[in-house]
Amino acid sequence: MTKAVEERQRVVIRFAGDSGDGMQLTGDRFTNATAVLGNDLATLPDFPAEIRAPAGTVHGVSAFQIQFASEDITTPGDHPNVLVAMNPAALKAELDSVEKGGTIIVNEDAFIQRNLEKAHYTSNPLEDGTLDGYQVYRVPMTSITVRAVEELGLSRKEAERSKNMFALGLVSWMYGRPTDVTLNWLQKKFGDKPQVYDANVAAFKAGYNFGETTELFGTSYRVPPAPAEPGTYRNVSGASALAMGLVAASVRSGLPLFYASYPITPASELLHELSRLKNFGVRTLQAEDEIAAAGIALGASFAGHLGVTGTSGPGMDLKAETIGLAVVLELPMVIIDVQRAGPSTGMPTKTEASDLLMALFGRHGESPMPVVAAYTPGNCFDAAIEACRIAVAHRTPVVLLSDTFLSNSSEPWRIPEVDSLPVIDPRFATGPNAGTEFLPYLRDENLARPWAVPGTPGLRHQIGGLEKDESGSISYDGPNHERMTHLRAAKVAKIADDIPPLEVDDPDGSAEVLVLGWGSTYGTIRAAARCVRERGLSVATAHLYHLNPFPKNTGEVVRAYRKVLIPEMNMGQLAMLIRARYLVDAIGYSKIQGLPIFAGELEDRILEVMQA
Amino acid sequence: MSDRPAEPDGVVGTLTKKDFTADREVRWCPGCGDYAILATVQSFLPELGVSPDRIVFVSGIGCSGRFTYYMDTYGVHGIHGRAPALATGIATARPDLHVWVVTGDGDGLSIGGNHLIHALRRNVNIKILLFNNQIYGLTKGQYSPTSEEGKVTKSTPFGSVDHPFNPIALALGAEATFVARTIDNDRQHMTQVLRQAAAHRGAAFVEIYQNCNVFNDGAFDLLREKPQGIHNQIRLEHGKPIVFDEGRRCVAVGDNGRLVIADVETTPPDRIVVHDVHGRPSLAFALAHTSDRPTEPTCIGVFREVERPVYGEAMDRQIELATQRLGPGDLDQLLHSGDTWVVR
Ligand code: SF4
Repeated sequence: MTKAVEERQRVVIRFAGDSGDGMQLTGDRFTNATAVLGNDLATLPDFPAEIRAPAGTVHGVSAFQIQFASEDITTPGDHPNVLVAMNPAALKAELDSVEKGGTIIVNEDAFIQRNLEKAHYTSNPLEDGTLDGYQVYRVPMTSITVRAVEELGLSRKEAERSKNMFALGLVSWMYGRPTDVTLNWLQKKFGDKPQVYDANVAAFKAGYNFGETTELFGTSYRVPPAPAEPGTYRNVSGASALAMGLVAASVRSGLPLFYASYPITPASELLHELSRLKNFGVRTLQAEDEIAAAGIALGASFAGHLGVTGTSGPGMDLKAETIGLAVVLELPMVIIDVQRAGPSTGMPTKTEASDLLMALFGRHGESPMPVVAAYTPGNCFDAAIEACRIAVAHRTPVVLLSDTFLSNSSEPWRIPEVDSLPVIDPRFATGPNAGTEFLPYLRDENLARPWAVPGTPGLRHQIGGLEKDESGSISYDGPNHERMTHLRAAKVAKIADDIPPLEVDDPDGSAEVLVLGWGSTYGTIRAAARCVRERGLSVATAHLYHLNPFPKNTGEVVRAYRKVLIPEMNMGQLAMLIRARYLVDAIGYSKIQGLPIFAGELEDRILEVMQA
Repeated sequence: MSDRPAEPDGVVGTLTKKDFTADREVRWCPGCGDYAILATVQSFLPELGVSPDRIVFVSGIGCSGRFTYYMDTYGVHGIHGRAPALATGIATARPDLHVWVVTGDGDGLSIGGNHLIHALRRNVNIKILLFNNQIYGLTKGQYSPTSEEGKVTKSTPFGSVDHPFNPIALALGAEATFVARTIDNDRQHMTQVLRQAAAHRGAAFVEIYQNCNVFNDGAFDLLREKPQGIHNQIRLEHGKPIVFDEGRRCVAVGDNGRLVIADVETTPPDRIVVHDVHGRPSLAFALAHTSDRPTEPTCIGVFREVERPVYGEAMDRQIELATQRLGPGDLDQLLHSGDTWVVR
């Protein structure tokens, strides 16, 4: 039987199942096959905080969403067109997000009384009309999988475990994904465990063939490759881009990378990635606590390494003291904050971008420091290099903001030429700078002080947290303190000379509303603006990469529009800064639900602001 | 990389105390025990034959924290309790440097207790000098984690109800590889302990009884003043029977197996404990408890000295091995790892 093939421009699929069902892996594999096919894509993993939440419960549901398209896309999509639900709890948790009339593929075998009860269903949603209006495919995934792997002599439990590969096979058929990418990966991963390998391959193929041969599915879909700039591409998550960016900064500066960190969700990923890269001379140290991690990184910087520490919000609270010391020592150091929903423990696996004001101001005293915010998974690579570059060039700690969404999600990434990456010159002090003397706080044209590492003959100096005068001696003199406070502020402010201006995207130049963003809202803002423009309306967008100092033209940009709308995953922190700094009546738009802002939501808000 | 690198040329061999003395006015209270410690350290360092350019002093907050400003070496005066963390970064990044930490009982055992025990456990190549004066001096006289129970201070007008730490026992419990105690005004003894600490590979913990003559004067008089000091100092020497008080008293194994202070005359010689710094930690631990307070006969000297891999060196070795196995890191290759595809 030949089946119809329809073409689609963009598709959003959400895989959802129990934490133990392997949905993240399924999503990951689907993503890779999709990337290799040349679609543009964006992903959103969404998993529970509990490592092993009780099986079958709604709060144990783990989901992975991917949007892929034959055109440029910037978000993982607002509402899935397709939901793959491996059990009743997954259906219950995710149904609301599915688009009206969307496709729902369920593992029918899992809809038994016990599972329905665990999901708090009083009747079976496959039969009680809950799914009216959706296109529902009931597939007995568990039993077909068990049958497919029958000959391998696995226990029933082991056999059932491969059902995620069945689901992957089925969806791969539906969307014409290449099978060799997945099969090659299985070979690499399980090649040395023949039984597991055979089971996964059998389940994957069974799923694929089920789509192709049964009459249940009449149509498959083709999503042609998206046009892209020529080059070599790979798929990259924010976490690995960040890790590679730090290594690149180390290579391009010649400074050994020293990464000290304490395990914390979602920043641990970075520690894991970097600790594998020892052959780049990377030193990773899992410290006794967040405070020590910062102190160790700062010590490494003093000793002439590229000292970096990474954490999430709760760890930032603890590191504030050391960051303050780094501000006064005026040593290069990078502090990475992969933001998550707070306050306190908050929602550890859910995204939020509410540490902006903390990054700028979260220390006692006047302690200014530069802040850089990554805005796409791929941009995490550049942002890491940029944070290191500023830290080294300007002798200052730098906060690099990422967030849970950026860290976990992925997108196709054009691999840069190594030679095109910035060169970072450590400019170590090598000799006296004031006649025969060495003054550790004598400043250069950027107001940065010399970096004289221990072991350098004749440059012995003693620095510390106490206020000092410009010669580096301790001083409790009031006017001197004021002078030094202004100098430290001026040094950070002067970094504005060293960063590009804020670029505005205003295609027809007639927009009255500017949507200004920072961080991971970049994709949403671009998608929403595109929708608004498709309606024949004008809207301008701009995205702040440097949050302190702001690009020099920021005031000019925000004052040029009648209205400035600032969408943020917080209560309006950038809006507060823009209002305070430029006396512009910026309008905030907040979403604080542990999820990215949806393009559709933002589009509505932009339209409202235009009309008001 | 793992071996201690050769010392730099030049000044070596001609160093004097002056080479380690910063041109700054020292600002501790007149009569403070810190002066004697500073002078002893400055006088001792030349004998290492290491250029001051290769030495780093790191301190925390408290009266002891000022130490770094008085040393003409590289120095970081850090934040309260965090000196071991900063020093861990420095010593791990640069095994070629000689890193010393100066801390106090409040700095090292209270606010920085966590960093201290973990630096010891890891055996980071740092030498930690803990000035124990059993009081908070810089904040003007509150009780510290080594103050005795019942101590009346500004923050404990009715007497402290906290039980104090025994710093030596704490360091031993943290698996420190070198643990010693000395006294501020005994230059000879302190120099000997510093010498052994400096020669030790890895973390060395040295508690120094230090008199704060302003807020806790006389806390160690029983040990540090003549003549009673002679009677109460139990000077530990590796391989020698532990005898003190001019040969009159000793540390002996009591009937129940516990260590006791006994008269030499009435103790069978095979009951007198022979000190062994390399043996099991239980002996050192028991010796740390011959007295509860420095108001009774108290052990000074090296309690324990054992070998264990040095932290920074172990890390360097991992890097070497990984580089041997995988080849030196190639950034371009790293960027291209995983599935890639080409768009033309
Ligand atoms: S307060 Fe005590 S410890 Fe501090 S300087 Fe004065 S005497 Fe020394």
